[in-house]
Amino acid sequence: MATGIKDKVAILGMGCSRFGERWDCGSEQLINEAFGEALLDAGIERRQIGAAWYGSALDRVNVGNSAIPLATALRLEGMPVSRVENMCATGTEALRGAAYAVACGAVDIALAIGAEKLKDTGYGGLPVPTKGTLADLWMPYGSAPAGFAQLAAGYRARYRLSPQELKQAMARVSWKSHVNGAKNPKAHLRKAVEMETILKAPMIAEPLGVFDCCGVSDGAACAIVTTPQIAHELGKRESLVTIKALQLSASSGREQSTGEWDGSYVQNTRNAARAAYREAGIDDPRKQLSMLEVHDCFSITELVTMEDLGVSADGQAWRDVMEGVFDADGALPCQIDGGLKCFGHPVGASGLRMVYEHYLQLQGRAGSRQLKNPTLGLSHNLGGVPYNGVCAISIVGLAGV
Amino acid sequence: MAVEAGRDCLRGLSRTSWQALNLASTSAPFADLNHAALVAAALRLNLNVAAMDFASSTRVGLSALIEACRAREGEQLVIAADKRGAKPGSVQEMQYGCGAAALACGSGEAVFARLLGAESLTVPFFDHFRASGQSADYHWEERWVRDEGLAKLVPQAVSALLERLALTPDRITWFGLSGGPARSDAAIAKALKIAPQSLLPDLQAGVGDTGTAHSLLQLLAALERAQPGDIIVIAAFAQGCEVAAFEMIKPLPASARRGLAGSLADRVEESAYLRLLANEGQLELDWGMRAEVDQKTALTQLYRASDQILGLVGGRCSSCGAVQFPRLPNCVNCAASDTQQPYALDEVPARIATHTADWLQYSPAPPLLMGLVQFDGGARLLMEIVDVGADGLEVGTPLSMRFRIKERDRQRGWNRYFWKASPMSAV
Repeated sequence: MATGIKDKVAILGMGCSRFGERWDCGSEQLINEAFGEALLDAGIERRQIGAAWYGSALDRVNVGNSAIPLATALRLEGMPVSRVENMCATGTEALRGAAYAVACGAVDIALAIGAEKLKDTGYGGLPVPTKGTLADLWMPYGSAPAGFAQLAAGYRARYRLSPQELKQAMARVSWKSHVNGAKNPKAHLRKAVEMETILKAPMIAEPLGVFDCCGVSDGAACAIVTTPQIAHELGKRESLVTIKALQLSASSGREQSTGEWDGSYVQNTRNAARAAYREAGIDDPRKQLSMLEVHDCFSITELVTMEDLGVSADGQAWRDVMEGVFDADGALPCQIDGGLKCFGHPVGASGLRMVYEHYLQLQGRAGSRQLKNPTLGLSHNLGGVPYNGVCAISIVGLAGV
Repeated sequence: MAVEAGRDCLRGLSRTSWQALNLASTSAPFADLNHAALVAAALRLNLNVAAMDFASSTRVGLSALIEACRAREGEQLVIAADKRGAKPGSVQEMQYGCGAAALACGSGEAVFARLLGAESLTVPFFDHFRASGQSADYHWEERWVRDEGLAKLVPQAVSALLERLALTPDRITWFGLSGGPARSDAAIAKALKIAPQSLLPDLQAGVGDTGTAHSLLQLLAALERAQPGDIIVIAAFAQGCEVAAFEMIKPLPASARRGLAGSLADRVEESAYLRLLANEGQLELDWGMRAEVDQKTALTQLYRASDQILGLVGGRCSSCGAVQFPRLPNCVNCAASDTQQPYALDEVPARIATHTADWLQYSPAPPLLMGLVQFDGGARLLMEIVDVGADGLEVGTPLSMRFRIKERDRQRGWNRYFWKASPMSAV
């Protein structure tokens, strides 16, 4: 009988580069920045790492495929290094690989690192995708915002909201993240903006305007994991952060190819959340979770995710958003570090960046954005599009919670 | 356009009983590729159809029809389609049109008009030409075309045909002429002593001269008007003249076909000249870096999935009944393996489930409209949505399918064809 990952893996150290338009840095420098911080934080030597997982999603504008670029960037000579890719869930996939390796005892200490260099494309937004030779022949490749904008049409139709009501709530999602991001020295966008500015921004994919879209950033984030026992032996006794759940759900085509999905929710998030709560032993997420880092690639995504995670009732997230439930001083702070919206979204790094913020918050090291006594944090990634994608959920918390 | 006309013609007819598909065009996209084979695949015709391209002169639309009517056995589908290009500012830009028409030929009870006979006159009268690889025609003086060409050559061909069929001009109920300047049909009819009220619509003002398709469009116009016993004469002027006479033997049967009149009514108007130029590729616009993506098609993959891609044939699971696209080894609903039976979706009613207008991604006609399309009976598919009129899109908007170019591979000259969804017209 499977017993799950809960409390089998502890975080020994974490690091995160500054996110943003890092014109002066390649992936190698970003990786080095995040890794250096994590290694120092963990208080170990490079040679103590037994295996490494490297996550990067868009290899054509990055350092290419395979694990070789990581092994080369960090000179991980003779180390088993793997590369993982699962769209926006890539960073969490790297963490999953490393966590499973230490949980099963294959290695004592493992490295998970994710990096993305998006600002070498020459244009804003993500690179134009291709999806293999068959899909190329029939699938319209809209931009990422076009994929998620369809949630707005579905959500509005199901709950009979006016375009203005939904647009207002979406704007409120972004407004809150800008307030939070302004306090984060590593964030890409560090400026609060007026609701009016968000509402009147140029249209990208209707009804998503520029301010409904997250930052397209360069960056890297890193975790060094081990077992709680080894962490203790290495002297990590205060505020030890352990992994409570690591779950994943990928589309089988049901939402995209059958009539079941109405466009108002993301089934993968619901699947992964259910499994993660079971793994972590959570039965009332809105009460038990201290904070959320969700995949706010677009404002509408965050709004719908609140319902998919079960922290808002179906059809009520837009009200909760307007009432400030997810603000820094609300009942369940969300995107306290600015989220994808303002911290930025270097695809392969994002999952680890979210865990990084929870790690800092749980250890009381989050500076001016520190929350009061957090115990459990949930992070959530959504890759692909709402109707054909992948969702990863990680829950981390203080050991013993 | 050829596929669209073919689908309209095939409404109520079998798709799998065709002896031949004759496809006529002077503007088909490839120099070496059987376009009739492409159209036959999109129309889901039987694989043993003889697919033939007729090309290189605007009169071959009528030639393709005469050829089909003269076939001794089987049923023949004839389609003529032209997308006529002209330089901005040219007379042809004003005169040319784009269009397609399709006719089904055969024998037996269903036949409502028959070919009485046809006549060809072939002379080296080259009033215009288009060199291989060029996008626009080169034209000689219109007065010469009218006086030395049409006025002398068309009556010669028509008279020869009437004489052979022992018909006098007053027996002609409907007369159509294409290939010349506007109003040359009236002048020729007068010279031939054909009654002015016999003139079919020349379609010059509203549609423009559609090249090979024009004779067939005029014949459609005649068939939509004719009574049993009426004689229809259609002439196509080009390097001489092709002329055919038909007799209406039964009233036009009622059908769900859109026909010429329906097609003209079902339209989205575009009056912005700059947009027209952009649509025709006449403006060198900056499409941005997102347009640079390589659109190379794996021809191996296209062949493997050709019924799915060209014919919009999905699958129906023989185990649970779920209809789906694409057709993959395992059912999307019940995961049963190897249970997919081909299931065509091109004529299945559909509605918008989700939609958006994408201003970021490259589209030759921005914004890129796309969304999940829900077919009656369960299938669902992410599709591009085109020809959206002033009413716009909402969840639930009824849609019909259109065979279109999905992407152009400019580097290699290949067109990727697939289906797009279009709001059903209220007409």
